[in-house]
Amino acid sequence: MATQIEAKRIAAVLTEQRQTIVRRWLDTVVTKTRGRRTSAEVEQELEPMFDALASALNGGASDVSDGQLDELRAMLAEYSRSRARQGFTPSETALAIFMLRDAVISTISEREPSALGEIAGLSRMLDDLGLVTFEAYAQTRESVITNQAEQLLELSTPVVKVWDGIVAVPLVGTLDSARTQVVMESLLQTLVSTGSAHAIIDITGVPAVDTQVAQHLLNTVVAARLMGAQCVISGIRPQIAQTIVALGIEFGDIATKATLADALRLTLQRAGLEIRKIAKTA
Amino acid sequence: MSERVPILKVGQVLIVSIAFDLSDETTLALQQDLSARIVETSARGVIIDISGLEIVDSFIGRMLSTIASMSSVLDAETVVVGMRPAVAITLTELGLSLGGVRTALNAEKGFELLRELSVFADFGTGEDAAWQASVDGAGHVPR
Amino acid sequence: MVPAMSLVSAAAPAQQLQIASDADVVRVRQAVRALAIAAALSIVDQTKLVTAASELARNTLVHGGGGSARLERVVNGVRTGIRATFVDDGPGIADVERALAGGNSTAGGLGLGLSGSRRLVDEFELETSRGTGTRVSVTKWKR
Repeated sequence: MATQIEAKRIAAVLTEQRQTIVRRWLDTVVTKTRGRRTSAEVEQELEPMFDALASALNGGASDVSDGQLDELRAMLAEYSRSRARQGFTPSETALAIFMLRDAVISTISEREPSALGEIAGLSRMLDDLGLVTFEAYAQTRESVITNQAEQLLELSTPVVKVWDGIVAVPLVGTLDSARTQVVMESLLQTLVSTGSAHAIIDITGVPAVDTQVAQHLLNTVVAARLMGAQCVISGIRPQIAQTIVALGIEFGDIATKATLADALRLTLQRAGLEIRKIAKTA
Repeated sequence: MSERVPILKVGQVLIVSIAFDLSDETTLALQQDLSARIVETSARGVIIDISGLEIVDSFIGRMLSTIASMSSVLDAETVVVGMRPAVAITLTELGLSLGGVRTALNAEKGFELLRELSVFADFGTGEDAAWQASVDGAGHVPR
Repeated sequence: MVPAMSLVSAAAPAQQLQIASDADVVRVRQAVRALAIAAALSIVDQTKLVTAASELARNTLVHGGGGSARLERVVNGVRTGIRATFVDDGPGIADVERALAGGNSTAGGLGLGLSGSRRLVDEFELETSRGTGTRVSVTKWKR
């Protein structure tokens, strides 16, 4: 549809044939979703979309980016999100729009064949809207996965209290940028909530470190320092040390130790604490 | 219509608690008020609590380091306490270092730090110093 | 079939705020914060955005001789974000390269504010020319 006038003509056709088109549309969708949605549910969800489309077209919307289609787009996005959460496939979800297109074309070719030419533009718009449902679906699935990943992350990167005022973060597994940032924020928050001024970040369990991760670790230590806490990074294995040097990363005056034990020793010293052997009484 | 940040005196330490969105005007006023109070009270330490600040931008960052330098000239040590993690992360990414201003996690640790810096001759909590000054000849400490 | 899908549209009417005084800079900060919270940005992202907005609003006031800020929630497909645009009719930025390089220059704070702000946001657009004024637009998306 190149023009607003065509859009309005199509709107008129759609409105006139509304009953037939909607009936066909809803029946097809119910059939294709294999009875997982009842007729009534489908009607409740989809009928308003038809009206939103007709009204936007009546207002002259000739392109999918037209503001008048915002309402329909929002409905589609919500529809897709709920489908995604309920475990429908992406095809079943986009189906709704593609079936509408089919219903429109079949009805118009039967009832008003002369309008078929104009329907071509509408068909394109409906395809675009079908893709909107795909995107919304994909985004919802992604966020479900991200939420699960975050929960997994929190479980796998606990910040533990080693002593009064000293916490440790034993990192295990591959570190990526996202995960390191989560750890960073979690550590800093824990420093505040436990009133700890010392932290040991142990990367013994981390097989490899790249520039981004090293940068995040450095930023964590700098941020902690800004807050008034000191960190020691421990568990730097020879391979990682080599990588760090090769990458040209400067740790500057940030303390790094090969083992957690060494880091603990340094931290206790900084915290003004010492561990002494006590003579056992028999 | 400028709000002024209240400055409290606890013994030989001045405490400033910033709990709202500072305008640049209020920030400058604070700098001036603080230097005046330090001289007035012969304060030896300044604690600036920024736990109420949701952001620290370059202007506020400069204010903090200016206050620290200025206090130092007036023979008082400054400690900035209570920086929020999100603020620390933002400053780190902004590349702002607060010019070496001393920081501590909270006011209590701030006092500890001031004590370590030997700011006070016989420092307990600031309250002790205030009470000691109020002890009358009969040895009663007014509450 | 390649549809025009990456359309950024405004999800609600934009807020227009004038920047003519110190208090206006605070108002801009508060407005940006409210928008960021409503868009459910994480605390760290909120802080970064508000800090960047504070820097840019101040630049508009101090270096641009006053101007305005346009704040809006934007939508790109199914992503939501906040966009803040600062406009002034000031003298423009003479040496854009240097301003964007920033670093630790504290001269008037312009350098650090501009380059620092860029690091804190996802999208950064700058239009400026001597004698015509400056327009900076920053966007932060919800992750």
